[in-house]
Amino acid sequence: MSEREDIFARIREALSVKAVGHDGGLPSVIEQRSVLPAVGSTEAEQLALFRKNAADLRADFQQFASESDLQSSVRELCQVEGWTKIATHDGQLAHAVAQSLGVPVLNTTGGYEKHELAACDAGITECDALVAQTGSVLVTTLSAGGRALSCLPPHHVVLARKEQLVSDLPAALELLQRKYGRKYPSMISFITGPSRTGDIERILVLGAHGPKKLTILMV
Amino acid sequence: MTAPAAQFTTDARRLSADLRHRGIIQTAMGKYEVVRDQRKAGFQDWQGARELAARTKFQAVNHLGQHLEELAAKLEARGTQVHWAGTGAQAREIILSILREKQARVVVKSKTMTSEEIHLNHAMVEAGYEVVESDLGEFIVQLRGEAPYHLVFPSMHLTRGEIKDLFAEKLHDAPSDNPEDLTMVARRVLRQKYLQADIGITGANFAIAETGMISITENEGNARLTAALPKTMITLVGIEKILPRLADLGLFLPMLAVMGAGQALTGYNTFYGGPRQPGESDGPEEFHVVFLDNQRTALLADAEQRDALGCIRCGACLNVCPIFRNVGGHTYGTTYGGPIGSVITPHLRGLAEWKHLSDASSLCGACTETCPVKIELHHHLLQNRRNGAQANPSRFQKTAFKLFAAMANNARWWSLITQLARVGQVLQKPVKSTALDPASAWTKTRDLPPVAKESFREWWKKRK
Repeated sequence: MSEREDIFARIREALSVKAVGHDGGLPSVIEQRSVLPAVGSTEAEQLALFRKNAADLRADFQQFASESDLQSSVRELCQVEGWTKIATHDGQLAHAVAQSLGVPVLNTTGGYEKHELAACDAGITECDALVAQTGSVLVTTLSAGGRALSCLPPHHVVLARKEQLVSDLPAALELLQRKYGRKYPSMISFITGPSRTGDIERILVLGAHGPKKLTILMV
Repeated sequence: MTAPAAQFTTDARRLSADLRHRGIIQTAMGKYEVVRDQRKAGFQDWQGARELAARTKFQAVNHLGQHLEELAAKLEARGTQVHWAGTGAQAREIILSILREKQARVVVKSKTMTSEEIHLNHAMVEAGYEVVESDLGEFIVQLRGEAPYHLVFPSMHLTRGEIKDLFAEKLHDAPSDNPEDLTMVARRVLRQKYLQADIGITGANFAIAETGMISITENEGNARLTAALPKTMITLVGIEKILPRLADLGLFLPMLAVMGAGQALTGYNTFYGGPRQPGESDGPEEFHVVFLDNQRTALLADAEQRDALGCIRCGACLNVCPIFRNVGGHTYGTTYGGPIGSVITPHLRGLAEWKHLSDASSLCGACTETCPVKIELHHHLLQNRRNGAQANPSRFQKTAFKLFAAMANNARWWSLITQLARVGQVLQKPVKSTALDPASAWTKTRDLPPVAKESFREWWKKRK
C-alpha cells in the first residue's frame, strides 16, 4: 500500500468511533456576521471605518476626486521620497500613474528579473478590494502584478477605486469566489498595514521584510 | 523518572525561581493581554464566535478523510505536487529528495512549527544545505542554536541587549540595541538570502479543502517573499490543518489574529493555490505540498480528545497558563509547549515518556476558557493523567489512596486524624520545610493551611 493509502486507512479506522461535541454543522455567513466586529450599514460609515483602521495600522490612506488629482499626489510622493526607479504592472490606473512620474519604470507583467525589482524604490499596484472591517487591501497575482511586486520594494502604493471598498471579510471572500470562480490566481493576499514585527521585546517595528510604507490612494 | 520528566523538573525549579526570566515573561504577557482584550471587545459576540469556530473545526476534523481528498485533488489539478508522509522521517526524506533533485544550495524558510516537530533544519544542514530562517524571532533563535521559546513569539525570552550581543557576535553588525536598528540588520542580511535562495519552505495555518489552497498568516512579509522568489516552493502541512470552505477564513483569520497577538487581522494572510500559472508574472515553477501524519491519526483515534486536532496554534493557552508563565517555553522540552503541548505530546510522542506533562497544570482551566476553538484542554490533561495511571499503575499511589478512602469513610478515624493534625501542626512549625518535616516537598514553597481549632462535629456536639 502507498503511504497515502495508509494514512487514509488510519483516518477511516480512527473516525469509525464517533466523537461528541460541537456538532451544529458548518456556520452560515449570516451566523459569522452576527459575531464578527460590526462594520456599519452605510457606505459612508464603512469608508470612515476603513480610514480609521488604516490610520491605526499606520498606513497612509487618501481619497481623491479625480484620477488627475491621484496622479499628482503620486508625483509628489515620488519627488519627496526621491524615487529613482519604480515598478508597476499592466493596469489602466497603474499604467497612467507610472508613466506620469518621469522615472524609469519596471513593468512586472509577463516576467521580470528579481534583482531589478529589489532595486526599485516603490511598487505601484492596483487591487481587488479594500476591506472596511480590517483596513486590509486584497491583492492577487492577477490584480497586483504578481507575488513580489506588492512585497519586495520598500514602499507599496495601492491604487483603488471607490467602488472596490467592501464591508467585511465575508464580503471579500464572496467577491473572490464571484470574480475568479474555478480559476483562482495562484496567490491571493490580504495586506493589513505595512510589514511589521514585534519579535524584539514585543516592540512594534515597521518594515521587517516587506514594505516599510503602505500608501492607499482611492479615486 | 524518565529523562524528559527529570529535565522538566530541574528546569522548572531553576526558572520558577529566576526573577529576571519571570519579569521578561510577565512584561510581554501583560502587553499581550491588553491588546487581546481590546480586540475581543471589538467582536459583537466573542463567545458566539468561539462556538462557531468550534463547530467548524468539529466538522472539519470529523470528516477529515473527505476534506483531505478534496484538498489534494484541487491542489493537483492546478499543477501542485502532493506528497504524503506517515512519519517525520518520511517527510524529511521527501523534502531532501526535492532538494537533491533541484541541486539546491540555499533554503529560505518562513516560520513553521511542523518543521520543528520533524527536526527538518537539522536534517537539511546535516545534508550540506544552507538553511535560513526568515521570521525575525526564528532567525534570532536559529543564530542562538535554540528551539523557539513560544509557538507565536519564538524569541520572547530575550532582551534587546542579548539580541544586540548576538548580532554583534554572529553578524558583526549591531549598531545599537534599538529594536528598529536590530530589525533593519536582519532585513538587510535576509534580503540577500532571499535573492540567493533556490528553495522556499513554508508551513501552513489553514488548508482550504473547497478551493485547494494553503493559507499562511504572518506579519513580516517573510512568508510572502519565501513563496515569491525561489524557483521551488515546499509547504509542510499537518493533515489536521483543514478548513472545509474558503468562507471559514472570514471567521478564523480574525480570531487567530486576536488570540495570537492581539491584532484585528495579522499583517499578511495569503492563500496559495499552486505554482506560477500561465499568464502570471512570477512565482515558483514548482509547488510541493507535503502532508504529514506523524501520529496525528493516533490522536484522531481518541474520540475523547479528538477536538485537540482543531488547534490553530494561536498560543493563547500558553499565554494564560500559570505554569507556562513560571517555567517558560523551553522547560517543556517539546515542540509544542504550554497546555496544548502537554495534551498532544503524549499522543504524538508516547504516553510513557511524556505523561509528566499532564501534571504541568494547576487545573485552573484558564486554557480551556481562552481557547478560541473550545478545546477541553484541562479535561484532557486529567484524561492523560488517568490514561497514564492505567497504563502504568503506581502501587504506592494506589495504596495511599485506598488508605485515605478508608480513613475518610470512617467517622471515628476521621475525628482522630483531625485531632492529631492539630498537634502535628504545632510540632511541624519549627522544622517546616527542612528534612525533618514529612511534608517538606509541599511546604518548601508553600504554607499549609492551619487546621481549624474546632471541627464542625465538635462545635455541633457542644451546641447541643
